[in-house]
Order: sequence, then structure tokens, then C-alpha cells
Amino acid sequence: MTFGIPNFIGEIVRDYSPWPELALGINVILAVCAVLAVGIGSAPILIYMERKVCAHVQCRLGPMRLGWHGILQTVADVLKLLFKEVYSPKGVDTIMYYLAPMISLTAPFFTLALIPFGAQWQVINLDFAVPAIIAINGLGLFAILLGGWASNNKYSLLSALRSGAQMISYEVSFAVIMLFVVMISGSASLNDIIATQTGTIFNWWIIKLPVLGFVGFIMFMCISTAELNRAPFDIAEAEQELTAGFHTEYTGTAFAMFYLTEYINMIGAAALGSIFFLGGWQAPLIGVAAVDQYLLMVPDLVWMFAKIYFLIWLYMMFRWTWLRPRIDQLMSFEWKFLLPLSLILLAMGAVFTAMGWVL
Amino acid sequence: MMTVSKYFHAVVTGPISLLKGMSVTLKYFFNPKKIVTEQYPENRATLKMHERFRGRVELIHNEQNMHTCTACGICEKNCPNNSINVLSTKNIAGKKVLGKYLYRMDTCTQCGFCVESCPFGCLKMAHDFEMSSADKQVFNMTLNKTEGQG
Repeated sequence: MTFGIPNFIGEIVRDYSPWPELALGINVILAVCAVLAVGIGSAPILIYMERKVCAHVQCRLGPMRLGWHGILQTVADVLKLLFKEVYSPKGVDTIMYYLAPMISLTAPFFTLALIPFGAQWQVINLDFAVPAIIAINGLGLFAILLGGWASNNKYSLLSALRSGAQMISYEVSFAVIMLFVVMISGSASLNDIIATQTGTIFNWWIIKLPVLGFVGFIMFMCISTAELNRAPFDIAEAEQELTAGFHTEYTGTAFAMFYLTEYINMIGAAALGSIFFLGGWQAPLIGVAAVDQYLLMVPDLVWMFAKIYFLIWLYMMFRWTWLRPRIDQLMSFEWKFLLPLSLILLAMGAVFTAMGWVL
Repeated sequence: MMTVSKYFHAVVTGPISLLKGMSVTLKYFFNPKKIVTEQYPENRATLKMHERFRGRVELIHNEQNMHTCTACGICEKNCPNNSINVLSTKNIAGKKVLGKYLYRMDTCTQCGFCVESCPFGCLKMAHDFEMSSADKQVFNMTLNKTEGQG
């Protein structure tokens, strides 16, 4: 386990200062700052993006008043949320109530720390990153259950129970689809998964593994939407039936933390999708040297974020296009369709890799 | 056997219908010029309310400032929140005619029952909507322009 950020501050401290041990502490602080910068820095952009995407899908303009095309609107909203009173209703289990948003934020931040945003831009390079992500995903569910239960509100409790059933079911096929990628690439480390896709666009797993790669990508998008608790699978929130679900009673900063979790989770899922199927931070080379030399000039960080934001745009289009299924439809979709299909995909992937049917 | 074929039928038709929905939203997304909402304070000069918009109640007058109200009072009886008072008077011939059509905008909910129930079709809902005022007297309106006519 190494800190992947080659930072000159840590190096200078290690080489020249009288206390070289300080370098470890500085590295930790830098790592925390990096994760916070990606997580909290992206959230206002994503909120603005979501508003604009949903507005244009519905033939509206979205926020237009504050700043150029309403850019400052999210800043104003975030400030409003932060200045609001943190308030808990009567009969609430106070410790659990305030613990839930904090727990909900740990899982997405941990996922972000594992993700390589560029060749040199990674906080922790874990050899067992995929199992770690599968394990840490459970914390998000735990936070929702805790928040819904502690709120002393029947709608919150209903939402938490629904969400628990949903997320536990979908985690099964989420794990299977991740293991499918681990199997075809032969490694559980995210860096190694990217390394297996080196080369042109045809070396990405979405194309490299004929048909199966594409089916796997679509299934990953589908399952991760359910894991993110976003529409069309937002049974937990279900604005129209449960007001806001598990965070009905939360105000101010606590609500902001739940909100932030949703968006950082989205970055994490989109980053995983681009690492598993779209070649991670690698440039989309097309095999023509004249074009590729310009594509290679763009930094890897830019490519990674371009892919992440493309997938997030897809999530947003899903959200504002499709309808929310009932809870029983959701469950039968998972247990009768997605899970058998992902198991078949796993078996077919094994056959394809064993026979060497890879482009 | 039926359910199995149904299942596979749904597996095929489901994604197709999802893609149909997606094609509509994608078309809207990549065509941001098409906006159906009104940009209200900016387009104040050109804004035209739609045909059936219900603003305040208006007594229809023709060019000679004449209306067809006979002061029957059906609108007054039908008004659910007593916003209308039809005060009748007698003209020279001793016939019952409209004296004052009193209408209180502040208690009116724009339900349109008066317009629906008027047997002579002399009421309509006006299209103006910027009617807020700090002065309560503004909302006590007399809808007819000349008294004792008809």
C-alpha cells in the first residue's frame, strides 16, 4: 500500500528536513485534501449539470438568473444549505440521527481514494481494490437504514426498508459484474485493469471482448444506477410517495451531506465504469498516427474526467427519461433478469477468456 | 409455458421501448432552441396568455358600452365565496335592470362558476394576471360602466 501521489512537498521533507517521519503525515494530509477536492469540488458542478440536463430534456432553460446561464445558482444553494439551522424533530434517536449522514459520506470518499484519475493521480494503489469497493459499498446502505430508522418518521422508515431490500439485492449482481471484469482482465487492481486496455479504442473491454463487453457495460450502467439509488431506481427517495424518503427529516448540513453522498457516489460509479469498460485514463486512440499524436497531447486527467462526465450525463439522461418501477417490479427485474444474466455473462466471459476469443 | 414466452417477449420489447423514450429525450436535449416555458419578466411585452386562462371576472361590454346582464343574480347564487353582489334597480319603465355589479377580486378564486352559470353569456374571465396591490380597495370593483342600463 503506497501513496501514489508523487508530491514534491513530501519528498523535500523526507530528504532535507531534520524529521523525515513528517513526510508520512504530510502525505496523508495531501491525500485527504485530494479526495476532498475531487468530491466536494465536483458536487456543485454536478448539481448545476443535473439541473441543466433535466431542464433541456423537459424543454426548459433551467437556472438562468444568477450569473451567466445561472452558474452561481448552485453556489448560492450550497451557501443557503450551510447556513440553515441543523434541527432534529422530537423523538429522534439523536446519536444515530447525526451519525447517519457522516457514515454515508465515508463510503464514497473511500471509493474515490482507490480510483486512479491519471497515471500518477491516485491516492491508494490497492491490489485488491475491487473486493474493497464491494465491501465498502455496504456502508452506504447502512447509513440509509440508520438515517431512516432514527428519524422517527414512518415514511423514512418505509424508505429505509425499501432501500435496504433494493440495495442488498442489487449488490449481488453488482459484485458479479465487477468479478466479471476482474476475471477477464486477470487482476483486482484498478491500475492493472487499466493496463490490460492499453492501446487503441479497440483494446477497451467494451469492444475487446466481442458482444459480451458491450452487454456487460450496459448491465453495469443499469446495476450501478440501482446502486446509486437514482431514478429510475430511486425507490428509496420516491419523492411522490415518500416525500423524500430517508432524508425527509434532515435539514441544513446533515441534508447537504446526504445530497453530497449521492453525487460523489455518482462520480465513483462513473469512474468505475470508465475504468472497467472504457480504458480508464487512457486516450481514445483510433490507430491513425496523424490523429493520435494530438489525442496523446491531452493530459490523462482530462480524458478520465471526460469519460466520467460522459457516464454521469448518461445517468442523468436515464433519470429524466425513464419511469420509476414499483418495488415488486424492481425486485423481479433484479432476481429474475439481471442476476441470471450476469451469471450467464460470468460463465460466457470464462469461456471467452479460456478460448482466447478476445480481439 | 405462457409465462416463459411472456418473459422473453418482455426481455426483447422492454429495451426497445426504453430506447424509444431515450430517443425523444435525446432529441430534446440536443435541440435546446425549443423551449416551451415562458421567460416571464423578460417577455412581459410579448407575453400572451392562452385562450382559457382564468384571470378576474369581466362583464362583456360592446362598443356602445352596452352589456346583456339582466340582474338575475344566478352568478351571485353560484359564487362559492360570495365575491359577487348583483344590485338591481328599476329603470324608467319600471323594469328590473342592473344597478351595480359588485365584484371583490380579493376573495375570488377564479373558479369560473359565474361564467359557466350565466344564462345570457355576459361574463368572461379576463386575461390580465398582474393584479397584486397593497391597497385593498383596488379589489372592490364595479364591473358595469353605466348604471341602470339594459
